[in-house]
Amino acid sequence: MQKSLHISPDKCTGCLQCELACSLEHEGAFNPAKSRIKVIEFGAAGRMVPYTCTQCADAWCVKACPTSAISVNSETGAKEVSNDLCVGCKVCTIACPFGTINYSQASGKVVKCDLCGGDPKCATACPTEAITYIDADSTGYDKLRASAEVADAGAQADA
Amino acid sequence: MAWAEKILRVNLTDGTCESEPLNMEWAAKYLGQRGLASKYLAEEIDPKVDPLSPDNKLIFATGPLTGTSASTSGRYSVITKGALTGAIACSNSGGYFGAELKMAGWDMIIFEGKAASPVYLAIHDDHAELRSAEHLWGKSVWETEPAVKVEMGDPQSRVSSIGKAGESGVLYACVVNDLHRAAGRSGVGTVMGSKNLKAIGVRGTLGIKVKDPAAFLTATADAKAVLAENAVTGQGLPAFGTQVLMNVINETGALPTRNMRDVQFEGASKIGAEAMVEPRESDGKPNLLTNQACFGCTIACGRISQLDQGHFTVQNKPEYWGASGGLEYEAAWALGAATGVDDLECLTYVNYLCNEHGMDPISFGSTVGAAMDMFEEGVLTTEQTGGIELKFGSAEALSAIAELTGIGEGFGAEIGIGSRRLCKKYGRPELSMTVKSQEFPAYDPRGIQGMGLTYATSNRGACHLRSYTVASEVLGIPIKTDPLETEGKAGLVTAFQDATAAVDSSGLCVFTTFAWTLDNFAPQIDAACEGEWTPERLAETGERIWNLERNFNLAAGFTAKDDSLPKRLTEEAAKTGPAEGKASGLAQMLPEYYAGRGWTEEGVPTNQTLDRLDL
Repeated sequence: MQKSLHISPDKCTGCLQCELACSLEHEGAFNPAKSRIKVIEFGAAGRMVPYTCTQCADAWCVKACPTSAISVNSETGAKEVSNDLCVGCKVCTIACPFGTINYSQASGKVVKCDLCGGDPKCATACPTEAITYIDADSTGYDKLRASAEVADAGAQADA
Repeated sequence: MAWAEKILRVNLTDGTCESEPLNMEWAAKYLGQRGLASKYLAEEIDPKVDPLSPDNKLIFATGPLTGTSASTSGRYSVITKGALTGAIACSNSGGYFGAELKMAGWDMIIFEGKAASPVYLAIHDDHAELRSAEHLWGKSVWETEPAVKVEMGDPQSRVSSIGKAGESGVLYACVVNDLHRAAGRSGVGTVMGSKNLKAIGVRGTLGIKVKDPAAFLTATADAKAVLAENAVTGQGLPAFGTQVLMNVINETGALPTRNMRDVQFEGASKIGAEAMVEPRESDGKPNLLTNQACFGCTIACGRISQLDQGHFTVQNKPEYWGASGGLEYEAAWALGAATGVDDLECLTYVNYLCNEHGMDPISFGSTVGAAMDMFEEGVLTTEQTGGIELKFGSAEALSAIAELTGIGEGFGAEIGIGSRRLCKKYGRPELSMTVKSQEFPAYDPRGIQGMGLTYATSNRGACHLRSYTVASEVLGIPIKTDPLETEGKAGLVTAFQDATAAVDSSGLCVFTTFAWTLDNFAPQIDAACEGEWTPERLAETGERIWNLERNFNLAAGFTAKDDSLPKRLTEEAAKTGPAEGKASGLAQMLPEYYAGRGWTEEGVPTNQTLDRLDL
């Protein structure tokens, strides 16, 4: 079974524990500026929205890379960057429609979410379950359940 | 490790920014943030200096755990000699600014002197420079912050700034970061304004390392679990914020009302947590939109509100219709119970104004309460107030005077001098509910006796955050004590003061102490910082900090006479509630407190005490 990161912005409080965990895992320091997951703030709406690579099945970054530096981890489904092959041309950052693969001046390579090899630290660190790592075929289950509850409430009211 | 081991020293007179190493010997003795910056301040300025003169210094300080993955790690403090109080001031703020400053590789910024014309400080990691802020002077916090971010060239920058209150000399102006988080008390923003310093913009990408990452992750995970499992930090605060206290404190008979004439407010249920989640009659939506966290915080007590667009305060003012920082308990009390106003939407609007213009809602609301008291007694008339009917309970008067005070105009300029100076000016000094010129927060010492001693002895003037004995006396944390009893409170206040001073020096939030004791802090600090950090060492560090602050104030000219409460609290008994018939028993507690502290009967630390604490 493959798993996906599942994000529920409604539950996000903006604590940035995900960014702290991600940067510690990949950079060895607490450094949200280097995190592969970002919490975007929409202040006037009072919303905090975590966002990162959703690991497209047919990924733009993989197709765009001229050196085949981005490969699929067959176990996790993550699109992973090989630092040996990446030449830092940034073509993938142009191809990606979501902005979730970015160039790092420090390494001269691109960086993106690799699902931490199947144990994504952002999901573990999230205190409110705004980020979970769940069955890739069931990311809509929470919403499905909530909708069913509304439908059922209507049905009960009619009865 | 944990410390960046670097200070940014900014001389505003000369326009220079210099890097210098952090004094690690002092860090070992004072930890960081409040303690360490207070040590620097005490070493570097004459305690008798005029707070608004260029000779005063202004320090922005993080703690060793600021910016780490420890829960509530977003804290920083602003330390200076307070404009409102003339005492040592340390105001603590959350949001994201503090962590960003630490990520840029700085433990502290020390501002010296005074700029010839308005400036702001721009920091990109190692690089810091002063830039002209002439075009920002006169702008609100809400205008300044986005403008500085644009000029920083990075939307992920964080900004701390003053609004018009800090520019126009409102004596309780605050420093505001992230639009609605504030280093709120004692006029630290007024000092910033006096130096012609408008803002600090910072972008930090260097990161923070700790001594033992594996041990740190274990210690912080354990501590987070304690917060999650605790009823207050795991459920009460995220759902209701500090506002959960409004009805509780009212029932305790300790909700100071109408300038402390009363100890219970008949409108409490209309302005508390429960009212904030109730759908409004007008538009069917609740005042509270959601809760939000500061950096690193797994409690998330912050309130995000949205006003009723049809409310009289914001009709045709769309700039106030978006989501913004809502009422915390202290603000709701000061703007509401202290003035007798029970209009939740009005209080939320005035709270917005406090954030927008950068002023402390506690001191502001409390000063308005004192002015209303004088208005009701005929000491003040509409002639002085510019036509405002400053009657207790008037939402119209409250919002009108808030609009003027925030920008330092009309009678608002007089409200801006604070309760003590205002009451003295109009010949009624006894009506000022202050200690060391600072207005009381939201707990009446007649109904919670420990808070009387807390206020009287607080080193920054009346304050609940120096020893929150409410935790013990009302909530039973860590043990329940009788709020109406004075016995045992001297020791309780001392222990809370010392522990809090240590917590305030760590980079973490004091709200964790609803669930954590020093036993929970010590393993986290120990795993992050050089040396061995035990609960005992933290308590001793806290006691050292408390005595350092005390010595600063004594050298500034304060005496035991300033450890006192207004007569209304010691001579006028509570009229209703559980404390009916009781006044504050400060006189019974204070001598025991001095003795327990190892101070003379005049409240001066003995040489023996100073030696013991290596001061």
